Amino acid sequence: MNEPEAHLLPSAASRTPSAPCVNFRWLDTLWVQIAGTLCNIACRHCFITCGPKAFEIPMMTVGQVESALEQGRALGVRQIYYTGGEPFLHPQIRQLTEAAIAVAALTIVTNALLLDEETVHWLAGVFETSRYSLDLRVSLDGMTREQNDPVRGRETFEKIVAAIGRLARAGISPVVTVVEHEEGLAGSEARSRFLDFIRSLGVPRPRLKFLPLLRIGREERRTHGYETANALVGERLSSDVESTLLCANGRAVTARGVFTCPILVKHPTARMGKELADGRRPIRLDWSACQTCVLEGLRCNT
Amino acid sequence: MRAAFFGGIYSNYLGLAAALVDARRRGAEAIFCLGDIGGFGPHPDRSIELLRAHGIPTVQGNYDDAVGNAKADCGCGYTDPVDNHFARISYAYTLEHTSAIHRPWLANLPSRILFDAEGTRCLLVHGSPRQVNEFLWDSTSPDDFLEHLVSSADVDVLLCTHTGIHWQRALPSGRRVVNVGALGRPANDGRTNVWYALMDTDRSEPFEFVPLRYDHQRLAHEMRQEALPEQFVETVLTGWWTTCLEILPAKERSRGKF
Repeated sequence: MNEPEAHLLPSAASRTPSAPCVNFRWLDTLWVQIAGTLCNIACRHCFITCGPKAFEIPMMTVGQVESALEQGRALGVRQIYYTGGEPFLHPQIRQLTEAAIAVAALTIVTNALLLDEETVHWLAGVFETSRYSLDLRVSLDGMTREQNDPVRGRETFEKIVAAIGRLARAGISPVVTVVEHEEGLAGSEARSRFLDFIRSLGVPRPRLKFLPLLRIGREERRTHGYETANALVGERLSSDVESTLLCANGRAVTARGVFTCPILVKHPTARMGKELADGRRPIRLDWSACQTCVLEGLRCNT
Repeated sequence: MRAAFFGGIYSNYLGLAAALVDARRRGAEAIFCLGDIGGFGPHPDRSIELLRAHGIPTVQGNYDDAVGNAKADCGCGYTDPVDNHFARISYAYTLEHTSAIHRPWLANLPSRILFDAEGTRCLLVHGSPRQVNEFLWDSTSPDDFLEHLVSSADVDVLLCTHTGIHWQRALPSGRRVVNVGALGRPANDGRTNVWYALMDTDRSEPFEFVPLRYDHQRLAHEMRQEALPEQFVETVLTGWWTTCLEILPAKERSRGKF
């Protein structure tokens, strides 16, 4: 059911008149925040301030997820991302995984802390037998505990590294995502060293995705927010940039409704309605985080 | 009716020449090319000259658009820095070595070709009907998505390339999608042959993929003479992809060596 148009885009007060618009092309990617903001760790750079006591966005029910998947199917979705919080905290994660992989390729974005031997064995079975691609994105923010643990939490390094090893032994090569939270993690040299590091964990085909910092949420307290509320000006972006933005080809669904993208799920002004069909319209890049996608090239998809 | 469909040539003029002979030997009355004539391999003019000399109807790929219009990059659609690094090397070489006389031809190729194969409406595109550099992989192209594409185009068969790995699927509606693969480099399967698609409308399963041997040793030799990256040469000699890996979905990546 559609909601009134006036409710869907940022309020007049918050809108920057000169911010460019992004047309919605089609639903290529559907992000589903199945775990809400609930997470088993509280990363200091988390842009939506997830954590063990973060109940601001509730976990989605199986019915809500299945409804989103069905709506996605009807719109010809190509790939689904499960996110949170931590998706493996969802008590019905296996049921939800089977449901998504029957519709389209699925990527689960995880901190890997709950990937014990039994879970990995189950994932390997799904990977082998599913018709569409199952992918795991594992967050690891350093090649040492000294580099990772200050942002992801004490003793997370060893646990994540152990989980990556378990996945590799089961034949799964996860995409390791690294947030560039310090200078040592920027540039091609860091990338090359990180690839070697992942290879050293027993991953024969290492895959890596570096992500620039989003200066919202908890990161705003760790370092600082954006220097300008919105550095984006001009009526239009180049088509090469606009067409590749996630908000041109995807939407995020949470227990609170449909949002422009997974980065802005805590911004009420980024809510587009109840149903996925409500999201099929242009948006204006009014939010401060939009500059990271446009100017630093962040693309949430793998 | 028999027709042959060649995917990305990537300057493998030796493979293209062999495919033209092979397809005609198999009775192909019509031969089509689905674009991306240059890139990766040596001497890009030679493939263009073959296609033009044989009058092969050709769809414009992102590479053809980029070279024909002297664009800043190949527009391959990669998102990973390593993929883009090799894409830049490949594009710089191809742009420099494509003669000016061929550029207008490349620039003016059609973005799609529609033809009727004895009552079967076939649409030929490079990536997808909606985007020239969209990657249609088997494992990330759900039935409903493909039905959406094919019904929007109002055709019976959609033929595409761009990914470099061939596959086909009959959809629940009875329509069909065929990714014809590539003549330009092996299919990341550890075999040195390349592939094209052959249609025979008299068969109940009208499309088959044809493995094609060609003089890959000579291609590798010429690539080295042209100082193209050794990683590209390795792919030609081993059948395993060493570049453009990050764009592969998990399933397709797991089947390769790297």
